[in-house]
Formats: sequence, structure tokens, C-alpha cells
Amino acid sequence: MVLQTIWFILVTILFIGFFFLEGFDYGVGMWLPFLGKKDEERRAILNTFGPFWNSNEVWMLTAGGAMFASFPHVYATLFSGFYLALVLMLVALILRGVAIEYRSKRESLKWRSAWDWLIFFGSALPALLWGVAVGNLMRGFPIDENMHYWGGLLPLLNPYSLLGGVVFVALFLMHGANFLALKLEGEMAERARQVGFKTWIVATVLTVAFVIWTFFETDILTKPGINGLIPAVLAAVALLLVGYFRNAKRDGWAFVMGSLTVVFATIMVFAGLYPRILISTIKPEYSLTIANASSTPYTLTIMTIVAFIFVPIVLAYLGWTYWVFRKRIGLDKKVFVY
Amino acid sequence: MDALILARWQFAITTIFHFFFVPLTLGLSIFIAILETKYVRSGDERFKKMAKFWGTIFLINFAMGVVTGIVQEFQFGLNWSEYARFMGDIFGAPLAIEALLAFYLESTFIGVWLFGWEKISKKAHLASAWLMALGANISALWILIANSFMQHPVGYALEGGRAVMKNFFALLGNPNVWYQFPHVLSAGVAMAGFVVMAFSAWHILRKQDEAIFRTSFRWAAVYALIGAVLVGVIGHFQGQFLVEHQPLKMAAAEALWETEQPAGFAVIAGIDERRQTNTFELKIPGMLSFLSYNNFTGKVEGIKDLQAAAEAQYGPGNYIPPVALNFWSFRIMVGAGLAMVVLALLAVLWSHGKQEIANKKGFLKVIQWAPILPYLAGTFGWVMAETGRWPWIVFGLQKIEDAISPNVPAWNIAFSLVALGVLYGVLSIVAVNLALKYGTSAIQSQEPAPAVAD
Repeated sequence: MVLQTIWFILVTILFIGFFFLEGFDYGVGMWLPFLGKKDEERRAILNTFGPFWNSNEVWMLTAGGAMFASFPHVYATLFSGFYLALVLMLVALILRGVAIEYRSKRESLKWRSAWDWLIFFGSALPALLWGVAVGNLMRGFPIDENMHYWGGLLPLLNPYSLLGGVVFVALFLMHGANFLALKLEGEMAERARQVGFKTWIVATVLTVAFVIWTFFETDILTKPGINGLIPAVLAAVALLLVGYFRNAKRDGWAFVMGSLTVVFATIMVFAGLYPRILISTIKPEYSLTIANASSTPYTLTIMTIVAFIFVPIVLAYLGWTYWVFRKRIGLDKKVFVY
Repeated sequence: MDALILARWQFAITTIFHFFFVPLTLGLSIFIAILETKYVRSGDERFKKMAKFWGTIFLINFAMGVVTGIVQEFQFGLNWSEYARFMGDIFGAPLAIEALLAFYLESTFIGVWLFGWEKISKKAHLASAWLMALGANISALWILIANSFMQHPVGYALEGGRAVMKNFFALLGNPNVWYQFPHVLSAGVAMAGFVVMAFSAWHILRKQDEAIFRTSFRWAAVYALIGAVLVGVIGHFQGQFLVEHQPLKMAAAEALWETEQPAGFAVIAGIDERRQTNTFELKIPGMLSFLSYNNFTGKVEGIKDLQAAAEAQYGPGNYIPPVALNFWSFRIMVGAGLAMVVLALLAVLWSHGKQEIANKKGFLKVIQWAPILPYLAGTFGWVMAETGRWPWIVFGLQKIEDAISPNVPAWNIAFSLVALGVLYGVLSIVAVNLALKYGTSAIQSQEPAPAVAD
């Protein structure tokens, strides 16, 4: 059980990194057509995450791979069960990735504008779908005794989970605006601050509503033993502080607090699930847990050794790149790649 | 159509598209790092220009490699959940390690390489070029470690209805990996060499930045020759390994229905899979014995005997892979490979020493079209590797029909098949067009230009 718990924590950490980093990337992608009035401004916006967005996306791939390696039944049940939602997300991510890379590769404004809208949809749809997915993870869904979910897409689009999707979109919009306020220069940064404050208000209202609904709909905040209550409170405090720092124009702190909101919210979800990973609404015994869904101790041991050696190395060079490219981006085209 | 057929088509299409874009990034990333090394050592700005020029082609490809790769990682869960359950203990580990060791490295240092020209020292920038190349190629290694287990399972046991890992180092030391990885790596090198030669030929023929592209051509010719020779030599030994360990795959690839001693090599054949015979064949006597065992007298077992042996070992059933598909895939791969060796050799001879490649106009025109060869070879090589394993998804352990997700209705698979197929098709056209645009534009105009109203 120790190994399984270590891997539950490692998968949690990968999802924290994923939602923290891709969260602002999705936000930036959603703001792109609205905050960038002219082509140069849109290019400046894309170049804020230019050196990072590829590696940010790797967090999702690593989380998926780690889940496959450590809890293969979860990987199998979740992705075959959430089939159409995942396919839609993949389509969105394909379009988004190609769009970011290709939009500045031709001069035509129509070409660029078309790709920009694909970046918007390619960012908004995954944000929404991840929110819906997390809502369903907390709520549980009908998994049978053979670890299969047969219900298809429609039961997953329940009001509670859909609100989860909207909350994700709102939080990532806020997170992205905070990132842009920190990374852009002059008037563009000012615009990001303004929309950042407005989306903070919306995100806060929606998040509070969702957490209250979570309290009644799920056992994430209330189950005995380890649950998501304390991280939920910490996330709420961080979220309130975003508004304070946003209003005070403290870009760095506003971004840090927004990031902590995402981090604690993710911890809330996983702490509330533990030791379950996929909750069955048919019978609690049908749930996939760290015990019945995991790989063998041998594989987990190997993977633990690999992770303990390489995760620090990866974190070190990722940190280094954020340091190298720490400067704000203006309209100076010499530094534009996208 | 039933779910199984749809799921197989989906895997085929997504994998072929993925591997259409990936091998170029394997070879080209190393080529760029070599050019940049020359630049840093000599201070010759031409090599920096070259590195940046080929870097743009690399990135256009890389983008498609990444987005098609995302689907690869998740489709084992989407369509093949019972495979994921059966194999997760073994297959998940190399996949996760690939992400941790390779994806972060490659994606991070591509960012540094692209954005870092003015920000970090020359040496740090050069290091990022090599790290990006290392990431790309480590990625290939780990996914081939995973694939090799499916071809030739090692270091495992069957417990509780699933395969579990017993020896991680046996997975790494799987002989199949150490044929397959160098084969794929040198194929990438050859492909990069041919693509660079083709665009260079275009520029030389039009006398555009001729000096720089003559240098590019010379370097790429040597690079292509090394790749093409290695891929053939390694492929030969890989084939011998397959004769021993996946005999039905090789027998199908030779359309050898009856056991022969000595065995002849059919250059072409008319294959009747229903009657299990060839209507005609053009054979080189003893050649297949030589290819299989390095002697002209060895006995090579035919499909019918191997089918009987497989039934004795695994129980009743059909164990014969699609024969015509494997036969022709193998011949396209080998034929394209041999043509590549010849063309690369001529390219080296005619661009080095006193020879002046710009005078060989006809040859340059041929070279412009030559990248078709490595793409054909790579695609059909994988078609053979994957369909020749039929009916197994994991050789000898799990059949394809037992691997599919039971809870996914066929129309869902049909939907995703069409959606991904159309999307990949359209985006591939866009990507190839962009590569052609940047590959044929003058060196100075590589940076994205300001927008112009339509």
C-alpha cells in the first residue's frame, strides 16, 4: 500500500503541474482573440508562453503515462468510458498545437485569424472537458463489477459536472489573465489586469457555488479520514487573495495566489478521492482504488526509482527556462518567434 | 463494420500519420546539432544560417509529430482497454519513462533553442540543440522498448490473467529493441539526409543562396549515405532475427507457402491467399536461404508448416498474417532502401572532391523527388512490423480480438476514425505545404513576417 500511495501522490503532483501550467496556457489561448487587437499584439501574447507551452503540455502526457504505468485499470476504465469526451479533447488539442506553431508562418491576416480562433477553441474545449471530467470523478459514475463503464457521453453531461466545466474555464481565464499581466508590457498588461479582475469576480462566484454543490453532491469534502476540506479552505483563501492583489496591481502575487488556488483545488479533488480513484455509483466495492487498480509492486518500485532520479532533474531545467525567459514581452518583433 | 475492424483501421491511420512526421525529426534534429556545432567551432555564420533554415523545417514537422503523438498515448485506453489492463504492468512503464525522460527534454530545449538565440551563450545554445536531438531520439528508444515487447515478449510472467513485469532490465536488453532502434534511428538519418538534399537541390538549380546550399547538399549526401547503408545492414540482421522469432511474419513477407531447402527469394509473385499458393513467381534460387542464414542451403519453413506448428502450440485458429500486404510492403521497403543507397552514393561521389554538383542538373532534378523513397520505406516498414504480427497484439500472449474495449460502441469508434482521419489529412496537407514554402524560400526570409491584409 505504501507504493500505491506514493504513486497516487505522484499522479496527483503531475495533475497539479498540468492544471497549474496548462491552466494559464489555456487561459492565454482563450484570451488571444480578445486581448490582442492587432496582429502584433496577438503575436506578443503567443510569445509570452512561446518557450514553455510545449513542455507545459507534456505534463498531461506524463500524467497519462504515469497513470497507465501505475494504475492501468484506471487508464483503461477512464479513457474507454469517457471515449467521446476524450476524442473531442484530442481533436481540440491537435488543432491548438498546430495552430500555435503555424499561425505566424504565413503573412495573410485571414490565415492568422483563422488559426487564432482554433487556438481559442482548442484551449476552451479542453478546459471545459477537464472540468466536466473532474466533476464526474468526484461524483462517481456507474462502473460495473468488471471495471467497465457502459453509459457513454450523455450521463457525464450532468448539471453538476457541467458547472465543474464552467468553473475550470473561468478559473483558467483568470489564471491566464494573471499570467499575461505578469508577462506583457505597458498597455497590454493593463488590459490583462482589467479583464483579470473581472474574471476573478466571476470565477469566485462560480467556484463558491460549485464547492457548495460539491458538499451536497459528493463525499469529497466530508468523508471520514482524509478528505478535501482543508485544501478547499486553502484554495478559497488563495482565491480571495487573488482579488486583493489583482486590485493592488501586484502582478507577481496575483499570479502566485491564482496558481495556489489551482494547486489546492487539485489537492482537494485527489485528497477527497483517496484511496479511491474512480468511484462506482453502483456499489462502493466496484470502485477502482489504489489497491485493486494498480500495477505490481515490482513495476511500481522500478517506476519509483526512475521518478525519484528524473523528476528533480526535469524540475531543475524547467525552472531554468522560466528564469531565462523571465522578461516581459512588448511589441518588439525581434524577439518574436510565433 | 464491427468495432474490431474500425479500431484496427483507426490504429493504422493514426500510427501511419504519426510515423510520417516523426522520423524526420529524429534525423534532422541531429543534423541541425551537427551544423550548429560546426558554427560554434568555426564561427562561420553560414552554418548558423543553415541550422536555422533546417530548424524551421524541423519545427513544422515536429508540431505534427507532437499532436499525432498525443493520440498515440491515449488510444490504448480509448479503443484497447483490455490490452491496457492485460499489459499495463509492462507497457505503461516505458511509456511513462518516455514522457519523463524524453518529452520534457525535447519540448523544453526546442523552446530554448527557438527563443534563446540572443538570450543565452553560444555554447549553452549549442547544448540545447544537442539536448533537443537527444530528447527526440530517447523518445524513439523508449517507445520501441514498448513495441519490442509486443513483438518479442521478455522478462515477464502471466499472473492472474495479465502479463506482469519480472525483469525490467530484460525489457531494456530485449534483442528486438537493439535491432529495431538502430534501424529506426538510421532510417531517420537517411530521411533527413534526403529531405535536406531535395530542398538544397531546388535552391542550387535556381542559383538561390547557391554556396550555402551546396554545402548543405554535401553534408546531407554523406549523412544520407550513412543512414541508408546502416538501415539496410541492420535490417538484414533484423530479418534474420525475425526468421527465428516471428517466422510467420517473415514467411508471409516472402509469400513462402511451402517449406523449401534451399529456399529461393521471390522478387515478385502473384499471391492467392485463399488457395494458399502463388499463381506465378520470379525467384532467385537459394537467395532466401542466404538472407535467412548467410548460407545458400538452409531450410526456410513455409507458411503452411508454420501454421500447423502454431496451432499445435497455441490451439486451433488462423495464425497467418495478411500475406500479400506483407509481401508487397516488404518489397517496397527494401526496394526503396536499395534505391536510396544508390542515390546517396551518387550524391556523395558527385558533390565531393573536384566534382561540382551544380553541373549535374538531371541528377538534382531526380533528387528533388527522392524523399518519396524514405517515406515509402518507413511507412511500409511499419505496416509490415505491425500487420505481420497478426493475429497477435502481443506476440504469443494476447490476440488483437481480445484487446479491444468492450464498452465502446462501434459508432463511437467510427466517429473518431472519421474525425481524426479527416483532421490528420487536412493538417498534413497544410504541414507539407508549409514545409515546401519554407524549404524553397530564400535564407533571409525565415522569420515570420508581419501580417498583410488579404
